[in-house]
Amino acid sequence: MSAIAVSQVSVEIAGKPIISEVSMDIEAGSWVGIVGPNGAGKTTLLRAVAGDLGYQGSIKIDGVERHAMDTKTRALALAYVPQRPAYPEGMAVFDYVLLGRTPHMGPLAAERSEDIAAVWDALRALSIAEFAERDVSSLSGGETQRVSLARVLSQGTAVLVLDEATASLDLAAQHEVLELIDEIRLERSITVLSAIHDLTAAAQFCKTVLLLDNGKVVAQGLASSVFTEEILRDVFEPTIRVVEIDGNQVVVSLRSEGSADAK
Amino acid sequence: MNAGRPTSTQTRWWWIAGAFGITSIVVLVAAGVGAVEIAPRDIFASAWSRIPLVGGDSPLNPRDDAIVWQIRMPRIALGLLVGSMLSIAGTAYQGVFRNPLADPYLLGAGAGAGLGATIAIVYLPRASIGFVDLLPIAAFVGAIVGVSLAYLLGYTVRSGRTSVTLILAGVAIAAFLTAVQTFIQQRETESLREVYGWILGSLNTAGWSDVTLVAPYVLVCSGVIFGYRRLLDVLSVGEAEAATLGVEPRKLRLVVIGFATLGTAAVVAVSGLIGFVGIIIPHTVRLLTSTSYRVIVPLSFLLGGAFLVFADIIARTAQAPAEIPIGVVTALIGAPFFAVVLRRSKGIVS
Repeated sequence: MSAIAVSQVSVEIAGKPIISEVSMDIEAGSWVGIVGPNGAGKTTLLRAVAGDLGYQGSIKIDGVERHAMDTKTRALALAYVPQRPAYPEGMAVFDYVLLGRTPHMGPLAAERSEDIAAVWDALRALSIAEFAERDVSSLSGGETQRVSLARVLSQGTAVLVLDEATASLDLAAQHEVLELIDEIRLERSITVLSAIHDLTAAAQFCKTVLLLDNGKVVAQGLASSVFTEEILRDVFEPTIRVVEIDGNQVVVSLRSEGSADAK
Repeated sequence: MNAGRPTSTQTRWWWIAGAFGITSIVVLVAAGVGAVEIAPRDIFASAWSRIPLVGGDSPLNPRDDAIVWQIRMPRIALGLLVGSMLSIAGTAYQGVFRNPLADPYLLGAGAGAGLGATIAIVYLPRASIGFVDLLPIAAFVGAIVGVSLAYLLGYTVRSGRTSVTLILAGVAIAAFLTAVQTFIQQRETESLREVYGWILGSLNTAGWSDVTLVAPYVLVCSGVIFGYRRLLDVLSVGEAEAATLGVEPRKLRLVVIGFATLGTAAVVAVSGLIGFVGIIIPHTVRLLTSTSYRVIVPLSFLLGGAFLVFADIIARTAQAPAEIPIGVVTALIGAPFFAVVLRRSKGIVS
């Protein structure tokens, strides 16, 4: 059974259709990347899956319709990192990661030793145990991403939904975070669904990709079949080039001759 | 390696112990100070002698005993209850609205109580049902009605039932109720002084009856807010993210605001609109200790009570035998103190 099955899903926000008739199947333990230009509907699709948007069609998480899940059941099945997570000023990293344990506790209950153990486990898995007492709002971009990942990891779900986990990172930090996600995915057989801007990174890390444009699926499947110059030029811009380096697809946009001061 | 919770993220026992210590000292001073001075040692011995089965003789003569136990102690107890409730309710409001300026009167509880009290004073003077005074009932009902109206208005806005919509609805309701209250007050000038005196607040009580009336509300409402302190931390990442963590923000907000309002209405009914406690105490705690509601909620409860009893000592002794309205004192001593805390902090209020 697929971990996430999306079938004919459409979402309207304030009467305006944002995505229409999107379908995809995500195999358990795999990493699927959602790619596409700004405004294509990537975030909307992720929010429909992760639970704070209504939708038409069907989204099944581990066989259960997402609409039919209550908030807590959903939080036990799936963890979500939004594009710009909030990092409350003054909150210690430990306490921030502990928030991930919320669905495991009763509404008025305090954390138990197993919750604390899960937090340390997540902090160690992301090599940030030494940051436990630091203020979560004072960390660098890469460290903050690790803290976010630690939080969703402590949540202990089989599915991670990540919206642009590496958007504000430099190349090295981006690569490091993506490697971490992949390690965690393999170690704990977690299914990852992520929006990702960098097509070259998507080609390397995601087993399959889904290309969205104007809320509709343009292509989906293995990165090698989706990331062709023909398809990408249509969606992005005519200057896209796809080259191969050491067997990896590299997608770049070259400046066309004759533009501005190009010589 | 590490196994437990890091110490910096826990409520430290000495914060709680310190808050208890401060409260005890303030209570002893308040019981001893006044027209008749009574030594703290004698008050302590007298309290000890009242514990069943422990016994011992009270060093106080019957007159002093009556002053301490029939006049000052009820007033102190009321001060602790009112201060604790306003302070913990302020903390709760700041938590659910993620807004440092929120206080227990934000959604119209204060304006509603003010209008209710004004109507009772102006149109129902000395009215009572049996032995029950109508003024506190009118204030209580006014506070509940005010917040309910704000909720109704906030939740009928089509564009979005966010916490900001609710705050704006509260602002509108509060402005309207205050306008009605001012209108009545200006028309009936002979009761102006009494209305104004009520609005500024007082802990002048009729003995233990007010205390026993208010205590159940304060204990239950504070208890519920205390229980939800961890979820207030969850809300600090915003409603959308809190929802992905299994919390239903709207439901949580309704429950927490409901109990904060009920408790506030109960204490306002007997003490009038004492301001500033609900903002200054939670922020002082936040600046001095931690930004986690696990810490702020219990400490605000303890220190809110101590602060109000302290303010009341000044209210009733500074110009004795006249009394300064306690709302004036809370702002007069609270504002400079808060300014000092604010300047010395690293500015962690977001």
